[in-house]
Amino acid sequence: MDATIGAELADQVARALSGVADVATLRALEAGAFPDAAWSALDGLGLATALVPEAQGGAGLGLADVVPLLEALGHAGAPVPLAEGIGAAALLAAAGIAPPDGVLTFAAAGAPVPWGRHAAHVALVDGARVALHAAGSLRWTEAANIAREPRDTPAPAGVPIAEGTLPNVWGHDAARALTAVIRSAQIAGALQAALALAVEHARTRKQFGRPIGAFQAVQQQLAVFAAEASAASVAAAAAARAADARGLAEAAFEIGCAKVAGGEAAAKGAAVAHQVLAAMGITEEHALHHLTRRLWSWREEGGSERFWAARIGTIVQGAQGPLWGFLTSRDQEPAA
Amino acid sequence: MTTLRFDLRDPPPGAAVLRAEVRAFLAGHAPGWTPEVRARSWMGFDRDFSRAVGARGWIGMCWPKHYGGAERSFLERNIVLEEMLAAGAPVGAHWIGDRQSGPLILRLGTEAQREKFLPRIASGDFAFCIGLSEPDSGSDLASLRTRADRVDGGWKLNGRKIWTTFGHLCDWMIALVRTSPAPEGGSKHQGLSQVLVDLKAPGVTIRPIRDLVGEQGFNEITFDDVLLPEDALVGQEGAGWAQATSELAFERSGPDRYLSSHPLLEAGRDALREDAAAAPALGREVARLWTLRAMSTAVAGMLQDGADPVRQAALVKDLGNDFEQALPGAMRALMDTDAMPEEMRRMHAYLTQITPTFSLRGGTREIMRGIIARELGLR
Repeated sequence: MDATIGAELADQVARALSGVADVATLRALEAGAFPDAAWSALDGLGLATALVPEAQGGAGLGLADVVPLLEALGHAGAPVPLAEGIGAAALLAAAGIAPPDGVLTFAAAGAPVPWGRHAAHVALVDGARVALHAAGSLRWTEAANIAREPRDTPAPAGVPIAEGTLPNVWGHDAARALTAVIRSAQIAGALQAALALAVEHARTRKQFGRPIGAFQAVQQQLAVFAAEASAASVAAAAAARAADARGLAEAAFEIGCAKVAGGEAAAKGAAVAHQVLAAMGITEEHALHHLTRRLWSWREEGGSERFWAARIGTIVQGAQGPLWGFLTSRDQEPAA
Repeated sequence: MTTLRFDLRDPPPGAAVLRAEVRAFLAGHAPGWTPEVRARSWMGFDRDFSRAVGARGWIGMCWPKHYGGAERSFLERNIVLEEMLAAGAPVGAHWIGDRQSGPLILRLGTEAQREKFLPRIASGDFAFCIGLSEPDSGSDLASLRTRADRVDGGWKLNGRKIWTTFGHLCDWMIALVRTSPAPEGGSKHQGLSQVLVDLKAPGVTIRPIRDLVGEQGFNEITFDDVLLPEDALVGQEGAGWAQATSELAFERSGPDRYLSSHPLLEAGRDALREDAAAAPALGREVARLWTLRAMSTAVAGMLQDGADPVRQAALVKDLGNDFEQALPGAMRALMDTDAMPEEMRRMHAYLTQITPTFSLRGGTREIMRGIIARELGLR
């Protein structure tokens, strides 16, 4: 991977969203409106096939390249299903299916489908089998997570448009693992946005004759928040590198570590942000809760901290020799 | 507000070979280490072991060969440090010289100082300690009062340093002292200098301070008209504050800031291998360790590139200290102490008592978070 590619993609996304996606967009989305302007702005960038191999018409990038882009989406509260589209296109291409244009999403069979009601197509992943359905051909039961993001369940699917099988390196839990990487990166981005709101408030809100950020009790809490946000970001990037190097299945350990780091950071960061923004941050009109409710939602999706910690625990319980030897055996040593 | 960058790094070429060499070396020494020695980590002092490490070329390994170094990369050195700490090796006799004193002398010392000290640090023969804290100066370090006054042929040192780890076992100290009064109305950071002090010199009195474990971990060292030669000065007179703080990224981001309790986690994993109910809690600790290692290695890579990630280092130290400090409690939540295997129980007992120091040494938790808060624009 090349770090400048990641930074450029993130910058593209941030620029495309500025002016077409704000708190009002998230509010409208949560009330059921698809953000057409934001979608058009991003769709025109051609990022949906970022992970599709060049031979199949994509950009041939790796997960590590798109982590900064996913963070930028998270920073904006993920107003459009671009992350879902990127993931779905990667899964479809890996299964030998050409990803269709338009709003595209994916989920593990049986799991709620992010943005299902707004999608044109959906990739449902059952073990190693990937099935592409026209969303309109499915009967949807609409539901939402606590961020009021659409999380809809299709009735047992009819005849898919296309079907394929994932290569072994994707494993039998690819939809969950890919969702975990995506949500880990989005959490890292949303944490940065929430931290910026909290810091800005601490610098401007005055009590006892000075900004509340002048009080060490407030400074120390925000420092903890910043450290957690950095940990979440580093972990997401490191997990993506592992997935690029070994495939999703063999990177379950690293992906789990990142999801645990992100989930824990989400909890701590949201708590500090609300403490600093006090009653204002709880109000419907304030921007903060659009971020914190997403943090609390995204930590559940693609496996919770508990789910992944249990899996990591089982892996290290079964590892031969010292734990340290297992950890270092995961290092990506470049070929000599 | 800016976001602190952490650029991830792959291991250097040959990492696996180097790791295997260090592991084979450690396997030869490990049978002699009690659970308490392993739990002591870099607070374990064993000169014979340090000389053996030096003989392998693993002290000062980034320094020029001319000064006893091995001209290896900073990331290669990081591998050696990780392996030593993960095994609970008693590295205390060379840790400070390798981490701080040697690099300082290499960077700012005179040619004569380099020739005199570096080869003997690298061989494990010279043990160094750091003279920073004083009875009335802890976190407010620049308020220190130990003075070195110019006299014929050198300096005369008076004052007192405290909490000096292994002061009674070390040969040399690099002390931060006042060499001229802080200017009227100016910063108290001015007028400080770093000096080399021979701990066997007349006028040096070392008083042991027993710690809560009952061991002589640290000391109070009094200087009573101690004569220092002209060449005791390290670097520039009056630039001591900038010199002492410029290497904080090296001091604060290393594996010694999250691996201090690691042998206990190894013992816990071994004891809980068959316990399915323990998997989530065990996995949580491992996930945290993995994340910290990625962050610490990223900082090592940035140091290798010549960056000065001093704020990233403060952040990693704070997170790392929290982790290594909480580990005995995490293990205790998984197993009653009387059910722990003896080796694990003894490490747990030792670490329970000593972990409070983890967020004190090298700068307190509050100071680290203050540095992060400044980065956020709050101070």
